Amino acid sequence: MVKREAFNGESVACLSAGWLNAPSLEFGHPKLHELGPSDLTARSILLIAPCGAWSRLTAQKNKDIMKTAVSAYDLVKTYPKGKDRALDGLSLEVAEGTVLGVLGPNGAGKTTCVRVLSTLLKPDSGTATVAGIDVIKHPDQVRKIIGLSGQYAAVDESLTGWDNLVMFGRLYHLSQSAAKQRATELLEQFHLTESAKRAITTYSGGMRRRLDLAAALIVRPKVLFLDEPTTGLDPRGRLDMWEVIKDLVAGGATLLLTTQYLEEADQLADRIAVIDHGKVIANGTADELKTQVGGEKLEVTVAANQTAATKAALELVAGHTANVDEQFNRVSVAVTGGSSALTEAVRALDSRSINIIDLALKRPSLDDVFLALTGHIAEEEPVIEEKRRKR
Amino acid sequence: MINAIKDGLIITKRQLLQLSRVPEVLIFSTIQPVMFVLLFRYVFGGAINTPGSDYIQFLMPGIFVQTVAFTLATTSVGLAMDMTKGLIDRFRSLPIARSAVVLGRTLGDATLNIVVLLVMALTGFIVGWRPSGGVVSITAGFMFLMLFGYAMSWIGVLIGISVRDARTANNLVFLIVFPMTFLSNAFAPTTAMPRVLQYFAEWNPVSTMVAACRELFGLENQFGVTAGSFPSENPILMSLIYIIVLMVVLIPVSTAKYKRTSSR
Repeated sequence: MVKREAFNGESVACLSAGWLNAPSLEFGHPKLHELGPSDLTARSILLIAPCGAWSRLTAQKNKDIMKTAVSAYDLVKTYPKGKDRALDGLSLEVAEGTVLGVLGPNGAGKTTCVRVLSTLLKPDSGTATVAGIDVIKHPDQVRKIIGLSGQYAAVDESLTGWDNLVMFGRLYHLSQSAAKQRATELLEQFHLTESAKRAITTYSGGMRRRLDLAAALIVRPKVLFLDEPTTGLDPRGRLDMWEVIKDLVAGGATLLLTTQYLEEADQLADRIAVIDHGKVIANGTADELKTQVGGEKLEVTVAANQTAATKAALELVAGHTANVDEQFNRVSVAVTGGSSALTEAVRALDSRSINIIDLALKRPSLDDVFLALTGHIAEEEPVIEEKRRKR
Repeated sequence: MINAIKDGLIITKRQLLQLSRVPEVLIFSTIQPVMFVLLFRYVFGGAINTPGSDYIQFLMPGIFVQTVAFTLATTSVGLAMDMTKGLIDRFRSLPIARSAVVLGRTLGDATLNIVVLLVMALTGFIVGWRPSGGVVSITAGFMFLMLFGYAMSWIGVLIGISVRDARTANNLVFLIVFPMTFLSNAFAPTTAMPRVLQYFAEWNPVSTMVAACRELFGLENQFGVTAGSFPSENPILMSLIYIIVLMVVLIPVSTAKYKRTSSR
């Protein structure tokens, strides 16, 4: 066996698949990173190389597996009328076959971001590529491989669902028969076959969105952009839409989806980029974001006259400031170390004879993440909030 | 270019499909000019003195021109509606020439004009209109009307993409087209107008178009103080110049502006 120490300092690279105990894993398989030293045998190691060489080797070998489908770098967009920058140095990446949720409140720059990436809007500066194609230099090529479904159902309302899909198919330069066949398939896939021959004006909000999404999928796009796909839908419509999107994701679609609903990002996205005032202020998986905000939170509810003592005790354990919620007599503090912090806290409180009414160790919700990152809550528009306060 | 036309024709087809799905549009855009023919023929006809011919012969070219001038409204309102509904965003995200959408729209509105002109001509015939210029001349007259309508359509493109919504487009168009059609020789001879207006009416493209059509439909034009001026003497040539100038200026300008404009 290889000694554990050998792996802690420098990572290893190998040149032979025979190196592994797990024969089903091929060289270059992404799972390779996750293998612990115990999976390796000294006998079969052919080469040990520093970390850099390792990542170069795997990067090359994994190119087909983890290609970047969308990348944006330092995008800036200022609207002539507004004083604010809609995009203020926004950078993001979406790996092929994954879903990036772009999460932010109204006016954060989500729509502008999608419009730039889908060639509808030219940024003032910055670069962006979709499937390796420069969005600003070659918008025509990008348009051939993307699908876009916006906040409003962008279909011709006076026509039927069928008419719309055939027309868009023709505009994607499918032949008449191919356009018709694709329309039939998509209507079936999105449960719209029964209403295919009815005018869109008779459709519900959810049906319109589904048709809009179908229109975006006509040419099986390499990258799909969904701008707030469920905004304005009733709960039923939202759930239906989620199902549809989950099916797409299961089918291996690369997706960039914007949303102002934290739950939606949590449900649908592999990674989340939180944006506010035109730039990404945090990104990672939902779990990473939750950890980034301070990992776990210890919440202790005590009698009203003991909150101050509790606060002092918890601050001693955690090593930083605790918050007191006077309304519920709840004292909370961010902790690291999970259950050991919990035990320590209980001991500290016990030694001070503080009577614990309720005690919980909580992972932060995405709402907490958002609040911590932006200083305001996601679903409420700050402007409206201010007006309300004035009254 | 060929692709732009091909894609444009798909957009045109969409408009024609709209007409079949929502026939009210076609009915109303036809009823209005027909109503105008009947109202003017029977309400004002007796009161307006048109030397040299009866009023219906005088009126029909005027109403034809007025009707095709209103293509401006059809185009601008249609385009403004697409702009507000986000449909334009979808079109712009498709791998088609950006000019295809405006090209298709103007061609679609021109097609609608064919139908409307036919119905009007038929109505006119029923109530006594008898053009006497000969088949070639009469056909040329209708081609000329189509061309003028198409040129007006491009003003409509510019308005449709410049205004905030369809209602604004509609209001603006009426402010432009109504004075243009009434400060002209379309419904009454200009001879009774104050001198200043006569000069305005003389150079008004609607007047030169109406005069050109009257000539092609075999009717002698009557001019007041403006008799002998260039537009009065050469209404066909003058109209052609107007049409060419409008198209040469507006097609590139409107298309360029459309490419830069995003939806609202």
